Amino acid sequence: MSAAQARTLTGWGLTMPSRADVLSVYDEAEIANAIAHAGGRGVLARGAGRSYGDAAQNAGGLVLDLTTRRTFDIADDGSVTAYAGVILGDLIPELLARGRFLPVTPGTRYVTVGGAIAADVHGKNHHRDGAFGDHVRWIDLVTADGQCRRLSRDGSFNDQRIFYSTLGGMGLTGVIIRACFDTITAPTTAVRVDTDRFTDLDSLMAAMVSGDDNYRYSVAWIDGTAKGAKLGRGVLTRGDHAQPDEMVGQMAKAVPTGAAPKLASPAVPVSPLNRLSIAIFNEAYYRRAPKHRAGELQGLAPFFYPLDVMAGWNQIYGPGGFLQYQFAVPDSAGEVVRTSLEQLGSIGAPSFLSVLKRFGPGRQRSPLSFPMAGWTLAVDVPTRVDGLAEVLDSLDELVLGAGGRLYLAKDSRMVPATFERGYPQLAEFRAVRAELDPHGVFTSDLARRLQI
Amino acid sequence: MTDALARPTSVLLLGGTSEIAIASLHALRSPVLRRVVIAARPSAGRDEVVTDLTRAGFPGIEVVDFDAADTASHDHVLDECFASGDLDVVIVAFGVLGDQSDFEEHPDHAVEAAQINYVGGVSVCLRTAARMKKQGHGALVVLSSVAGERARRSNFVYGSTKAGLDSLASGLADSLHGSGVHVLIVRPGFVHTSMTSHLPPAPLSVTADDVAAGLVSGLKRGATVVYVPATLRVVMSGLRHVPRALFRKLPI
Repeated sequence: MSAAQARTLTGWGLTMPSRADVLSVYDEAEIANAIAHAGGRGVLARGAGRSYGDAAQNAGGLVLDLTTRRTFDIADDGSVTAYAGVILGDLIPELLARGRFLPVTPGTRYVTVGGAIAADVHGKNHHRDGAFGDHVRWIDLVTADGQCRRLSRDGSFNDQRIFYSTLGGMGLTGVIIRACFDTITAPTTAVRVDTDRFTDLDSLMAAMVSGDDNYRYSVAWIDGTAKGAKLGRGVLTRGDHAQPDEMVGQMAKAVPTGAAPKLASPAVPVSPLNRLSIAIFNEAYYRRAPKHRAGELQGLAPFFYPLDVMAGWNQIYGPGGFLQYQFAVPDSAGEVVRTSLEQLGSIGAPSFLSVLKRFGPGRQRSPLSFPMAGWTLAVDVPTRVDGLAEVLDSLDELVLGAGGRLYLAKDSRMVPATFERGYPQLAEFRAVRAELDPHGVFTSDLARRLQI
Repeated sequence: MTDALARPTSVLLLGGTSEIAIASLHALRSPVLRRVVIAARPSAGRDEVVTDLTRAGFPGIEVVDFDAADTASHDHVLDECFASGDLDVVIVAFGVLGDQSDFEEHPDHAVEAAQINYVGGVSVCLRTAARMKKQGHGALVVLSSVAGERARRSNFVYGSTKAGLDSLASGLADSLHGSGVHVLIVRPGFVHTSMTSHLPPAPLSVTADDVAAGLVSGLKRGATVVYVPATLRVVMSGLRHVPRALFRKLPI
């Protein structure tokens, strides 16, 4: 075991820095040893650091880095057994070589398997395929007592509870060291995409309600700077993996990998993004999209990971950092999407990444899993916008009033009461945690801030 | 943990009855604030502050007995403050202004002022810094004064105590760089408070609310030094370079 190194950690939003001792660990024995010797400030596993807020930090305590062990195995049935620190992007070329693909992928491929499970990440196919956790067969979890437990949905009742609490459990049930998950068929390296442009929010949402079920993948980009009659105008892209016969006469599509991108965003003392430049970008992006285009073949990388082409794009908002506000509300509360865009627009919160998706049913047995049937909107906003705190606090109330919730992997500002109301099964999570970890050795800045 | 919008969940006021401290607390108020610790000597004034804050609806108010001059007790006091949870922001707000002619007549009074403003400041700054380092995050706010930048004939005893404190905080800020702990030095000019009500207001004078606003903006920006008003930065920079023979004669 190497020696711990004091490091200042932040999430992807570059806000809320805190100091922790970071220790690289390799196997069960090292993890158990680290847990046994964690001080009063506890211990937490960290993956690639792609959660936006303070979920992967543990101020004054110990943080375990599991990214040094990156081996995995793909079985004949396509299932993947991987160490927690494996980057999803590293799996993609190997999976494609076998005609397979990740069952669920978030908007970046630079997340770890452990992180994908801990945040129970979702992708553009949630309405069809559920969240990442729905594809997990088993997890090897090192718990507070130093034991390594293999947990699955078929285990004892208690093991099932731990299994489901670990999906979306933000690393607070223990250290995920290995996991096995299923993959899906992907006969080619391309996605067949239909693109539709909508002049306003109502027509966009109506099209999503009526048509998303016909597609495996669906996501809408929204022009976060459009106002008035144009509010919520956007571009809907939907598709599925292309079949081999569709590829005849097509150029081969580049395969995304876990390797670092070639383009890098410069660290800027002052953000080049302002209301004007973002409005211009949004206008251009909107106009570039066709009104309707069917059957276009796109590579997996541009379709799933458009932002991954630029390393460190999070720095583009400047040294103050940014946050992502993401909520889920039931179908009946579609108007919360409109109100959110209106209110963020009213304070001139410039966003060049506003994404609207539809969720299928959530997983009832996972108390902290985010997705729930209905709508989810994610909006990037630099933290220095005047009036942002008040607007987001008032939007929280609308989201909660509609029976919705905020995503822990994105949060950097909600209050404990908002969290508690959004996750009505929190008591079950707390009960599991109290049994597994009576002294609360697993903790994080997020857990302390939200009193999880 | 202070959130992404620079809103603390917990604040400790050392010298919790100071008007600037109370104004700062109001400026730092938000829905995420859930713990407020008032550290001050027991007094009717402290009771009144607590009553006011309770009436204003501040959650989680705690009161701790704290005497800035009694440095031997500080470890215990700070242990008590940090025991029930992390402190996101600690404001060192105590201090006495005194009277220059009284100080010159009674050097013991000057020593007392130095004990409170400087020695007490050294004690709590270092002890707080050590605790914040352990918790891995936090902001230590030190209320200094432009009076410490260049000692003036009219209040050099007070000025020298603030000069010492300011200097300590400045070095501490550098030594804590990269530790997750942020040190913010607030240098106000003349502030209209009960402490200064007997004095004629100086040019560029401000209110406690102005100081609080400067403090909050400094915390947001991660600044090490803020002047209130901001224009004092330029004024003081000029004054530092005025030749002594001339400086001595300035009506300040």
